Amino acid sequence: MFRTALRSTLHPQLLRHGSLRFLSNEARSRIQTAVSSTPVVLFMKGTPQHPQCGFSRAAIQVLGLHQVPVDRLATYNVLEDEELRSGIKEFSDWPTIPQLYLNGEFIGGCDILLSMHQSGELEKSLQQAGVYLESA
Amino acid sequence: MPIGVAALEAAIRKSLNCSHIEIEDTSSGCGENYAILLVSEDFEGKSTLVRHRWINQLLKDEIAQMHAFSQKTFTPAQYEAHLAKSA
Repeated sequence: MFRTALRSTLHPQLLRHGSLRFLSNEARSRIQTAVSSTPVVLFMKGTPQHPQCGFSRAAIQVLGLHQVPVDRLATYNVLEDEELRSGIKEFSDWPTIPQLYLNGEFIGGCDILLSMHQSGELEKSLQQAGVYLESA
Repeated sequence: MPIGVAALEAAIRKSLNCSHIEIEDTSSGCGENYAILLVSEDFEGKSTLVRHRWINQLLKDEIAQMHAFSQKTFTPAQYEAHLAKSA
């Protein structure tokens, strides 16, 4: 499935010098708010209904398999927000999208999410994070 | 400029003591999509996140030029278990 990933516009210059770009305090606090807004936060290309990259598709499918309740999950489409797209890479110190946060903590990208899914660790982490608790 | 398998492997071997490396060009030849599998005793005692961050850092310049990058990181013991499971 990864082979069918859609090509999106690349900005090699931007990417190559991504780490040298200064993440403004405003952008940083926007991202900080986003990662802690809800227990499960996924930064992805496209939307859960229309993922625009095979890796993002895989990530949202895994979260779907674990039946993460919709009110505990927020997704952000980095393709709609260039500041977020470059900002999240610097914020997480992680070069690729998707990126998963659990209770404000960076978990990893698609490879890590898939391997945690296979090992059963994801199930445990989601439970520990209180993702399945009934809301009061 | 597309990145070659040989250049990638050299960049990895320079900083990591690998007993096994698989580098798959998943781009059908354009040199922008790679999936790598690394087996190294240097991964011992490190979480997957730490291992991936390490490799991301090591291949920072290369990854910046790619469209897609995927990695698997095993210790020799984990790799044997992985092979046994998929056999």
